[in-house]
Amino acid sequence: MYRYDAFDHTLVAERVAQFRDQVNRRVAGALTEDEFKPLRLMNGLYLQLHAYMLRVAIPYGVLSATQMRRLAHIARTYDKGYGHFTTRQNIQYNWPDLEDVPDILEELAEVEMHAIQTSGNCIRNVTADPFAGVAADEFDDPRVYAEIIRQWSTLHPEFSFLPRKFKIAITGAPNDRAAVMVHDIGLRMVAGPDGQPGFEVIVGGGQGRTPMIGHVVRGYLPVPQLLTYLEAVLRVYNQLGRRDNLYKARIKILVHETGKEEFTRLVEQEFASMASENPPALPGGELARIRACFQPPAYADLPASSPEHDLALTQNRAFARWVKTAVAQHKQAGYAIVTISLKPIGGIPGDASAEEMDAVADLSERYGFGEIRVTHEQNLVLPDVPRKDLFALWQALETAGLGTANVGLVSDIIACPGLDYCNLANARSIPIAQEISERFADLDRQHDIGELKVKISGCINACGHHHVGHIGILGVDRKGVEYYQVTLGGDGTQSATLGEIVGPSFAGGEIVNAVETVVATYLAARGEGERFLDTYRRIGAAPFKEALYGTR
Amino acid sequence: MASSHRIVTANRLRDGAVVYLTAEGRWSDMLACGAVVEGEAALAVLLAQAERSVADRLVVAPYAFPVTSGDDGVHPTQKREQIRAAGPTVHPQFARATGLPCATR
Repeated sequence: MYRYDAFDHTLVAERVAQFRDQVNRRVAGALTEDEFKPLRLMNGLYLQLHAYMLRVAIPYGVLSATQMRRLAHIARTYDKGYGHFTTRQNIQYNWPDLEDVPDILEELAEVEMHAIQTSGNCIRNVTADPFAGVAADEFDDPRVYAEIIRQWSTLHPEFSFLPRKFKIAITGAPNDRAAVMVHDIGLRMVAGPDGQPGFEVIVGGGQGRTPMIGHVVRGYLPVPQLLTYLEAVLRVYNQLGRRDNLYKARIKILVHETGKEEFTRLVEQEFASMASENPPALPGGELARIRACFQPPAYADLPASSPEHDLALTQNRAFARWVKTAVAQHKQAGYAIVTISLKPIGGIPGDASAEEMDAVADLSERYGFGEIRVTHEQNLVLPDVPRKDLFALWQALETAGLGTANVGLVSDIIACPGLDYCNLANARSIPIAQEISERFADLDRQHDIGELKVKISGCINACGHHHVGHIGILGVDRKGVEYYQVTLGGDGTQSATLGEIVGPSFAGGEIVNAVETVVATYLAARGEGERFLDTYRRIGAAPFKEALYGTR
Repeated sequence: MASSHRIVTANRLRDGAVVYLTAEGRWSDMLACGAVVEGEAALAVLLAQAERSVADRLVVAPYAFPVTSGDDGVHPTQKREQIRAAGPTVHPQFARATGLPCATR
C-alpha cells in the first residue's frame, strides 16, 4: 500500500499543528463558533446530537493492521470503545472531546492517517472497489489511481471552496463494487483502442434529495490524461455550480440543468485548453512511483485447490454456508478474498468494538499480508487469505463474533446512524435494521431468500444509500412520528437503478411486516435461479404494491 | 396541541454534550434541571443568557424546544429532543437518566 514520504508526513503534521492551534484559539475565545466551524469541518469534526463526531479518512478503504490497531486504540482511549464504518469506506467516532481531537489526529498521523477533507465543500475520500488489486474479474488496480486522485485533491487550492461536497469513486472491474454510477464522478477502468487501460468517466450521479444516475461524459480517457480531465470537470463545476441554494449545489444538478451534451462540451472545451500544458498534471514518473506502491505481495506458490478446504466444506455445514457468502474469487491461485460481516444478527450495522478491530488486525497478519479493506456496505475484507486457511480463519472469526454468514443476504443491511446519532435525521434507522435482522435471523431462511440488499436512511440525505437498495427504506417524520417509506428495485452496481416508491409510508411497528410481505411476494413469484432483483425486474412493482396495500 | 412550555438547550463546547439552561443560569446535563418557561418574554431572557454563555465559550448553538410540564415531570414533545435527553436508543449503555428529579451539582 502507499507509504507516506517526507512530504506527506510534513503535510499531515503541519495540518495537525494547525488544527491544534485552531482548537486552542477556539477554547480561549479568539475564534467564534462561526469562524471555527468551517475549520473543524475541513478536519472531519462534526457536532452531532449527543457529542462531537470525528470522521477519519480511510483512503479508498485500504488499511494496514497497524492502522487498524491504532483505530482500536483511539476508540478505547478517546471514545467509548467502538467505531462505525461508513458507506464511504471511512470510520466515525461518536464521542470525542474537542480538546482531545488534536491528540487523536497526532496519533493518527503517526500511522499515516488523517481526517482531512472528510467534510466540507471539497473533494472527499475517493472510494474504490474493496476487492481492488485482488479481484479475479479486475481489469486494472483502481488503488493506483485512487491514490493519485487523493494526492491531487488534498489541499488543492483551486477546489477547496466548491459549491458543495464532491465525491469520486473508481472501479477497476466490470462488476461494480464501488457504486460509480451514483457518485459526482465515477471512474470505470476500460481498455482503449490499443488495449491500454483508461477510464470511462461518469459525471453527475448521486443520491440524497434528488437521486440521479451519472452520465457517461467520456467513453475512454487515457490514463496520463486523468488529472487534467478531472481538473476540467471540477473547473466547470466550480465556475457554474449553484451557490445560491444548498439543495441545488451538487454537480448532478448542474449536469441535469445544463444538459449532458452541453455539459460535456464545456468539459471537453476546458480540457482541450489545458491538455497542452507543461508540465502535465500527471507526470509519467509520478504514475510509476505510485504504481510501484501497489505491487502484489509475495504470494506463495499454492495449488489452485486445497484438499483440506474441500473436505471441511463437506464435513461442516456451518463453514460451507459461511464460505458461500463470505468468500470471493482471488486472481492468485490458491488464495481467496474474505468479507467479514459487521452485521451480527440484531447488531448495529457497521459498528466494530476496539476488541473486534484488534482481532481483525491480528487475523489480517496471520491469514494474509497485514492488509484490510473497508467496503461501502459497511463490512471489512481480508484480501489475501490462502484457501487452505479458510477453515481456521472462520473458526477464529466465530470466536470473535465476526463469523455471521450473511454477507449479501437480507440481514447484511446498510444503515446510516439515523436519529439516534445524527443532527440531520428525521427518524431512527438502526433499530429498524436490528428488527429486520432479528426477524430474518434464521440463516437457512436467509440463504434460501438469497441475495437481497436492504438499505436504510434516516433522512432524505440518503447516507444509507436507500435509493440503490433492492429494498430501500427511508425514515420520515409525519407529524412528529417516525414513518418509513419503501422503495424497491434499486441497484448500485453497473446495472444501476434508482428504487421506485411503492406507496404510503409505514409506521415503525409495521415496517418490518412490510419487508416480510415484500420478501414473501418475491418468493412466491421467483423463477429458477432468480435473485430478488431479477424477479422484481421481471414482474415489476405492481405485485408488491398489491401485496402491501391491497387491490385499489 | 402545541406546547407553550419551552426549555433552552445547547451543546457543551468542550465535549459536545447535551446541556440545558437552569433557572440559576448554569448548564446542566439533566433535562429535569432545565428552566421551563412560558411566553416569549421569559424565553427571550433565557436565550440572552444562553448567548452570554456562548460568548463565554461554555456552549454552542443554543435554541429552545417545546416540552410538556406536569405532575409526571418534564417531557420533550419532539422525538429528536427525547433522544437528545435520553441518549441513543440503540446504546442503552450510554443512556442518560431522564426519569430522575433534578439533582443539584
